[in-house]
This record gives sequence, C-alpha cells and structure tokens, in this order.
Amino acid sequence: MDWLKALYESFYNALIPEQRYLAYLSGLKMTLLIAAFAVLLGTVIGVVVAMVKVGSKGTKSRILKILAKFCGFYTTIIRGTPIILQVIIIYNLVFTSPNTSRVLVGTICFGINSGAYVSEIIRAGIESVAKGQMEAGRSLGFNYIQTMWQIILPQAIKNILPALGNEFIVMVKETAVISVIAVNDLMKMAQYVGSRTWDTIPPLVIAGMIYLIITMILNKIMGYFERRLAQGDHH
Amino acid sequence: MKKLLAAALAGVMAFALIGCGSSKEETTAAADTTAAASTTAADTTAVDTTAAGGGATTVVEGKLIVGTEAGFAPYEYLVGNQVAGVDMDIAQAIADKMGLELEIQNMDFDGALIAVQQGKVDLVAAGVSVDETRAKVMDFSTNYVDSTEVIVVNAAAPAVTESSGDALADKTVGVQQGNIADLWVSNPENAAPGEIMRYTKFAQASEDLKNGKIDCIVMDELPAKELVESSGGTLVILEGEPLFIDQYAIAVQKGNDQLLAVINEVIKDLQDSGRMDEIIASHSTAQ
Repeated sequence: MDWLKALYESFYNALIPEQRYLAYLSGLKMTLLIAAFAVLLGTVIGVVVAMVKVGSKGTKSRILKILAKFCGFYTTIIRGTPIILQVIIIYNLVFTSPNTSRVLVGTICFGINSGAYVSEIIRAGIESVAKGQMEAGRSLGFNYIQTMWQIILPQAIKNILPALGNEFIVMVKETAVISVIAVNDLMKMAQYVGSRTWDTIPPLVIAGMIYLIITMILNKIMGYFERRLAQGDHH
Repeated sequence: MKKLLAAALAGVMAFALIGCGSSKEETTAAADTTAAASTTAADTTAVDTTAAGGGATTVVEGKLIVGTEAGFAPYEYLVGNQVAGVDMDIAQAIADKMGLELEIQNMDFDGALIAVQQGKVDLVAAGVSVDETRAKVMDFSTNYVDSTEVIVVNAAAPAVTESSGDALADKTVGVQQGNIADLWVSNPENAAPGEIMRYTKFAQASEDLKNGKIDCIVMDELPAKELVESSGGTLVILEGEPLFIDQYAIAVQKGNDQLLAVINEVIKDLQDSGRMDEIIASHSTAQ
C-alpha cells in the first residue's frame, strides 16, 4: 500500500500546500474567459466570412468579390499556420501596447483562429441547404438577407451543429497554447505547480481532469440542442 | 467496383508488408551495429571508469547525457543546431574525464530538472542554482561559479529604479519559470511584486519588456548582459548592488555519489588550473 500512500501524497502536494488549489481555479477562470469570448468572436467572424463567401458566388458586385478574395486569404493563412505561431506573432507584433489585457489578446487570437474554421463549417451548412429554398424564398418576395436569415440559416444550423460543437470543444482545449506568452491559464498554472512540487505529473493529471469535465459539460449542452432541433423532424 | 477495390486493397497491403519487411531488416541491422558499438563503448568505459570514473554508471552506456536549456547565454546557447556555452564546456570536460561520448539534450529548464530526478539524463548543467528545496530531490556538485542576479529594465522608461527587493513592490516582474529568480521573487520575504510573469523563454520576456508590458526582468548578470547587448540599447541593467548572489552547480540524480565525485574532481581541476576563468571569458562576448 506504499505506492497508494505515495500517490496520495503527490496529489495532496499538488493541491493543498500554499493553497495550490487556488492556482488551478484562477487558471480555470482565465481559460474559461478566453474560451468563451473566443467562441463568441469566432462565431461572429465565421458567420460574416461565410456570408461573404456564399454571397459572392454568381454576384456581379465588385465589392463583394474583393471582400470574398480577402476572406479566402484570411482562411488560407489562419488554417495553414500553427496557432502557437499566430499567438506569438499577434501578441508581439500587433498588441505592443503596455496596457494590453491578456484576456483580450487571447480572445482575439483564438477568435480569429476559430473564425476561419467556423466560417468553413457555416459555408458548408449553407451550401447543404437545397438551392430551391433560396429560389422559393426570393420568388415569394423575400430579399436575400431575409431569405438567408429566416429560411436558409435555420436549416443550415441544424446540419452543422455537431461540427460547430466540436469546434467549440477544440477551442477550449486549444487555449492551453496561450501559456507561451506567460498567460496564467489552466495549463500554465498546472506547470507552475509542477515547478514548485518537483512532481510534474499530478498537477497535469488534475488539469487534464478539469479540461475533461469542461468538454463533457459542453458535449451535454450540445447534445441537448441537437435533440431540441431534431424535434421538428418528421421523417 | 468491388473487385477493383479488393485489388487496390491487396496492393496496399502487399506494399505495407514489403515496407514492414525492409524496415525490419534495417532495424535489426541497426540494432546489430548499436549493440556492437555499445559493447566496444562499454569495454572502453569499463576501463576508463575504473581509472577515472570511480565506478560511475550512466543512463546510456558509453554516453554522458546532459540536460540543459539553451536560452541562457553565455552558459548555454545555440550555435547553428549545436548547444555551446560555459556549462557545455564543463560537461565536455566531465565526459572526457570519464571517456564517454557527450550527448546534449536541449529542453525546458524546469523539464531538465525533472528529467535528472527521473534518471532520463545523467546531469543537468544549465546554470542551476543550489537551493534547499531542490537539494531535497537532487544532489548538487560543488559550486563552479558565483552568479549575481540583476534587474533588467526598459532604458527609455525604467519602471524600477533601484536594485533591491523593496523596489519590486507592486511591479510586474518577469522571470523564467522554475529559475532561482522565480523562486526568489516568489518568496514574500524577499519581495512583494504586484504580479510575476513566468516565461519559459527569456526572449519572450525581453520582447514584453521592450513593449512595456512588464516592468522588469530578474535574471543572472551574464545572460542579462547578452540580452541587453542584443536589444540595441532599448534595455539596460540597473546599476548598483546586485539583487542577490547565487551559486551555480551541476545537478545529478539523488544518491548518484560516484558521478558526483567525478564531477567535483573535474570542477576542482578546472578551477585550480585556471581553465574555468578561460572558459567563462571565451563565451562572454558582451562587455
């Protein structure tokens, strides 16, 4: 039973002395703040970019065409480079102001990153809705935006909800990358505790369990919404 | 369609099998040569260790594996893809003494200190300061250098004006996580900083200091000089008394007394012969 005692002691050391549990809590708060705002920003960017991309198809508007080019460039860059690199570059090149809030930097970095993926998910969702729906809406006198908002998007969202939920879950985990710019998120705090107890594994296991709990809760919420949206199905 | 698929699958499997076969051959061949190499190496080490090593064994036979963090010039830094520096020269001297091949593993500073406890590396030479809590979980050699810890500030707008623990009160202080400066500023008896930013790389800390995101960095004087020099005048070291003095030693796994004895002997030789000063001078480019 010695090993059990040793195990208990290492986890005790990783949690109790010097009020270390507070370190995880403050890290968790930072992670949740960044993830929540990043998901919001990412969704907004994603919807706008997807609209521009879909809307630019078959249009003669030059502004929309240029915007679509720009959006294509944005998704290519963001999806084609590692997020850790994006974080370091954005933090050191764009946010050089001394009073930069680190939650803001995290939100913007991850929001911009998430936006690229969300935009592709939404675009796929919009394109999955039969073309006839748009044509029907327009011939009934709805304008483009109205048709999109009231007819196409509600159907698209139902199709893409699993993919979107997945993206949100990925985002929560990805925020661990922010520790490279010394932001005290959950991952950083776990490493910090490890650097004090000289026993790295227990704090990482604790942080891992916290991440797992968050993603499981998110999974449950997503499952609930999927069931709600499926209620309208009659086939 | 199904037939085509089956044929394609069979092709892939056959290819995979061939792939396995050849790689297996290669691995056995490689294993043979390594086995042969390690026996010869073991033979030589056996001879050498009886002569000089005092029966010290290493993690991998024939090799002395050193863990370090190559972002701490002049103690350790990268030249091309090779780690060089004061600590690496000392490690080389130890390897020479024991007749072993030196293998340097570049990792995070706190990671290196864990690796030596777990016996993944033979020793850590990374400007490791002797510290009570560390001494409980690893063994230290004799000190080989006295290091002075200083405060680095932004030259244009120095947020800290005096080199003392009191002057750090309510400031945002940058340190390397797990480094002695981190432990020192984290101790309320020494200082009461407003916030401690714990970086893994000094490069990021210096970037933040240039942009005024942090008020100062607490670090060793020699790497601080390199940092200041490379900043092109945007960063300066605070004049005056050093913040605190600290001693560097080489860390080995707890209880590895034989290796420790060899290391201490090498350090003594280097210090007595004046080689240590030469090594330090040869790596210090900043004035």
